[in-house]
Amino acid sequence: MAKNFSIKHQPGFTAIAATCFVVLYLPIFVLVIYAFNAASSTSEWGGFSFKWFQSAWQNTQVIDATLRSFQIGAFAAVFSTIFATMAALATTRTASYPGLTFKYAAINQPLMVPEIVTGVALLIFFSRIKILTGYSGLGYLIAAHTAFCIPFAYLPIRARLENMDLTLERAAADLYATPWRTFRRITLPLLWPGILAGLMLAFVISLDDVVITEFVKSGGQDTLPTYMLGQIRRGITPEINAISTAFLLLSVAIVTLFFFVSRKRD
Amino acid sequence: MATAEEVAKAAERRDIRDRWLLSAPALLIIFLAATGPLLIVLVYSFLTPGSYGDVKWQFSPEAWVAVFLERDIFDDTLSIAAAHVNIFLRSIKLSVITTIATLALGFPTAYFMATRSEKTRDLWLFLITIPFWTNLLIRTFAVLQIIRNEGIINTILLKLGIISAPIQILYTDTAILIGMAYVYLPLMVLPIYASMEKLDFRLVEAGYDLYATRFQVLRRIIFPLVKPGVIAGSILVFIPALGAYVTPSVLGGGKNMMLSNLIELQFGQGRNWPLGSALSIAVMIIVMGALLFYVRNAGKSGVRHG
Repeated sequence: MAKNFSIKHQPGFTAIAATCFVVLYLPIFVLVIYAFNAASSTSEWGGFSFKWFQSAWQNTQVIDATLRSFQIGAFAAVFSTIFATMAALATTRTASYPGLTFKYAAINQPLMVPEIVTGVALLIFFSRIKILTGYSGLGYLIAAHTAFCIPFAYLPIRARLENMDLTLERAAADLYATPWRTFRRITLPLLWPGILAGLMLAFVISLDDVVITEFVKSGGQDTLPTYMLGQIRRGITPEINAISTAFLLLSVAIVTLFFFVSRKRD
Repeated sequence: MATAEEVAKAAERRDIRDRWLLSAPALLIIFLAATGPLLIVLVYSFLTPGSYGDVKWQFSPEAWVAVFLERDIFDDTLSIAAAHVNIFLRSIKLSVITTIATLALGFPTAYFMATRSEKTRDLWLFLITIPFWTNLLIRTFAVLQIIRNEGIINTILLKLGIISAPIQILYTDTAILIGMAYVYLPLMVLPIYASMEKLDFRLVEAGYDLYATRFQVLRRIIFPLVKPGVIAGSILVFIPALGAYVTPSVLGGGKNMMLSNLIELQFGQGRNWPLGSALSIAVMIIVMGALLFYVRNAGKSGVRHG
């Protein structure tokens, strides 16, 4: 047998993995670089410039869409995380009981259905409610985003709960703590990293959504991604590169934070 | 006097009731903004189209007929709706090829990641996670910039003199395929990595001790052990690829329709909501089929070796 025989080596795999990482990052790098292009066409390089970031910053449509995205994302993230936390408490650390499987299925249902199908389903349902109630505000988008964010918020919270044993809570109960006090003083502090991770995931998922928002939104309710989709369809300017770059940075920041929060062990 | 058993039973009932109360908000919002509307789509698929979108509340199986068949406007005879069938077959074909392409790239990548030292593994995982959480539209747009006629692929090839005119990739099926493989690649790598990470390399060593070749070890030991991850990854790629909306509408340019674009068309210009609904349910049926396949196979391969 060869001297350097490594059981973990498979011929060609490292090369494919390298290709894979290059392929994943190359388009993103090109996109970012062209955001700093001074030329107004995206096919040539006209020197380094921040002008597209400036023009995006002064574009009221972009600012409106960004604020709307944040607003929807914040509401959806908070609601879905609260609901997911409650649901996780109801579905973990217990013997199986009637309805438990149903709950799992229901909570994960938004993940099973292709977005386009959920999109048109909500288009039908909400357009009818809009006529009935006359209300056409952001509530529909927040409700839709909350629903599809729940499974994502639920994941890290449930994972955290399942790794927590009941000893401390039982001890608290033995010491005559009320259930609420036990929850507030013991369960919640231990669960906090999971909740925070769930909140961030839900926020990113809401920020990223294009398809469902596209079908649910009323006129003038563009979020940043639906605004960008409209622009890309119309023809590309480096301004979209600049917006993408800013958006990208934000996502990377949140994911980095998420990565550290969810990896934190006590 | 209540016996101890009765007290315990009552406590259990109370616990179950509390657990239902706790999960009620989540279940309610999901029912209102996901499951319920889906049932309405099912109902709509059996109604008559209205003149300006929406529906007339009149039962009609016509939308379901129109999913695969075409009714001749003169003599009412039915023939196969080639346009719809083609879009179904195209979507399935593109989704399957996407799945295979991501598997071919993703499997070795996951293997590479799982065989790094414990410390660097986290870094590789992080590097896969970043594109995964980057907005899908932004990633699709990034691909658009690479493959368009003035993009870097064509520019480099032209400068090197390999081609004399730019290759038209954008607005073709190839563009959709490249885009989908690109955006869904992390979805393949992550689950395979998750099962690869748990792989017991002592089994691999045992294989080599018994004079297995590298390929035999890969095929007979590693692959069967990480099969649940492979199946999970394939499902995770296939399902969103089948319903992909953003990638085909940005890279396919409207001509190369996939199922989602066909559905959108029925709700927009087509003004045939029942047909759009029937098509949506048809997509759901394919997805459910794929999930059923997954549940069955994941169950079977759950048997632990050794």
